[in-house]
Amino acid sequence: MKEYLPLYRDALFLTMRIGWEGILLAFVIGLVCVLILHFRIFVLKQITSFYIELFRNTPLLVQLFFIYFGLPKLGLKISPALCGMLGLGLLGGAYMAETFRSGLENIPQIQFESAESLGMSRMQTFRYVILPQAVSSSVPGLVANVIFLLKETSVFSTVSLMDLMFTAKDLIGMYGRTVESLTLLVVFYLIMLLPVSILGSFVERRMRHAEFGN
Amino acid sequence: MQSLGIDVLFKGSNFLRLLGGLWVSVRISLISVILSIALGLVAGVLMTSKNIVLKAVFRVYLEIVRIMPQMVLLFIVYFGTSRIFGWNIEAEASAIIVFVFWGVAEMGDLVRGALISIPKIQYESAEALGLSKSQTYLYVILPQTVRRLIPLSINLVTRMIKTTSLVLMIGIVEVLKVGQQIIEANRTTSPNAAFGVFLVVFLLYFLICWPISRFAGYLEKRWAA
Repeated sequence: MKEYLPLYRDALFLTMRIGWEGILLAFVIGLVCVLILHFRIFVLKQITSFYIELFRNTPLLVQLFFIYFGLPKLGLKISPALCGMLGLGLLGGAYMAETFRSGLENIPQIQFESAESLGMSRMQTFRYVILPQAVSSSVPGLVANVIFLLKETSVFSTVSLMDLMFTAKDLIGMYGRTVESLTLLVVFYLIMLLPVSILGSFVERRMRHAEFGN
Repeated sequence: MQSLGIDVLFKGSNFLRLLGGLWVSVRISLISVILSIALGLVAGVLMTSKNIVLKAVFRVYLEIVRIMPQMVLLFIVYFGTSRIFGWNIEAEASAIIVFVFWGVAEMGDLVRGALISIPKIQYESAEALGLSKSQTYLYVILPQTVRRLIPLSINLVTRMIKTTSLVLMIGIVEVLKVGQQIIEANRTTSPNAAFGVFLVVFLLYFLICWPISRFAGYLEKRWAA
């Protein structure tokens, strides 16, 4: 089993790198989307809503197939790594936007009114009253999204990225080392996701200030 | 500009084949959802139990489902069991096993959440009105839990349908695989078919999942009060 460890280690690094790049992209896309929706920007708003619905209601595998095998026929050739990152970012962006939006919607009207009656400007209200509460109440959703997206990286092997699944499939197919390769697969996914899960629960516990005083 | 492959789908029975592939995914997810809901209700009630052993078991179970990708579970059930135990589980059966394993955890957690979210005052008021224990559950608690659960379990259906796309990896011929076959078969006559075919598969998934999740959202809003 030892001789396979380097293979899995490389695969883990690759999966993590593309996974976190995708998640970062998802954050940015989600933020942009929620700002467009919040400020009701003309036309962009409809496009954003359509994008969110489209990507929330289709599987990543199908999105990747379309990006990786379909788009090159239009002349858009993309490397597997970029495809994985882009697919994850687009899928995640739709989910993040939903989470941010429900975080913002959860803030009662009275918070805006109270801030105004205290003489705060719009920027101050947003910065000191709305944002902290919105962030706090979207934390559980964001943690769930990050774990979900890291799990979704398991479909990257279909666009010939040498990720953990790819390595395991290879070892099963070429050497018939089913038990070893599956054991290592589970262990490496645990290495990747367990810390995120634990850290996530910790952050969730620490970021509950929006619940207080209700 | 060459054709982008939409025309390929109108040749012969190609489009019907694609729909047939989609039906395979939908069938697997419907069977899994029905089993998950039935078993999940039981699991959810058990999760509210105060028994320490039961609690620990469910904790581990939920954590496994939470952090293991479904693809890994599929591989374990499909490839692993045949090597370790000599079982020969069919691909479709392994898919259903994995999705039910996953669905029961999700559903159980939803049921648990719905059960503990019913305020204590509901039980007390029912008692004050002289309702018996079974009457309390039947007329007071259950209707409220079901209202919370239905939209969430409908959402589970769409997630199941989306996740069934993974069964491609254990050799089930579903919509993506049929798409690939159609593309391969028409490689010489329309080399650009990949664009059209995968675009249509993409839209087919959307057309199935979108109405279902809209419906769930509608029910959630309507029953929110």
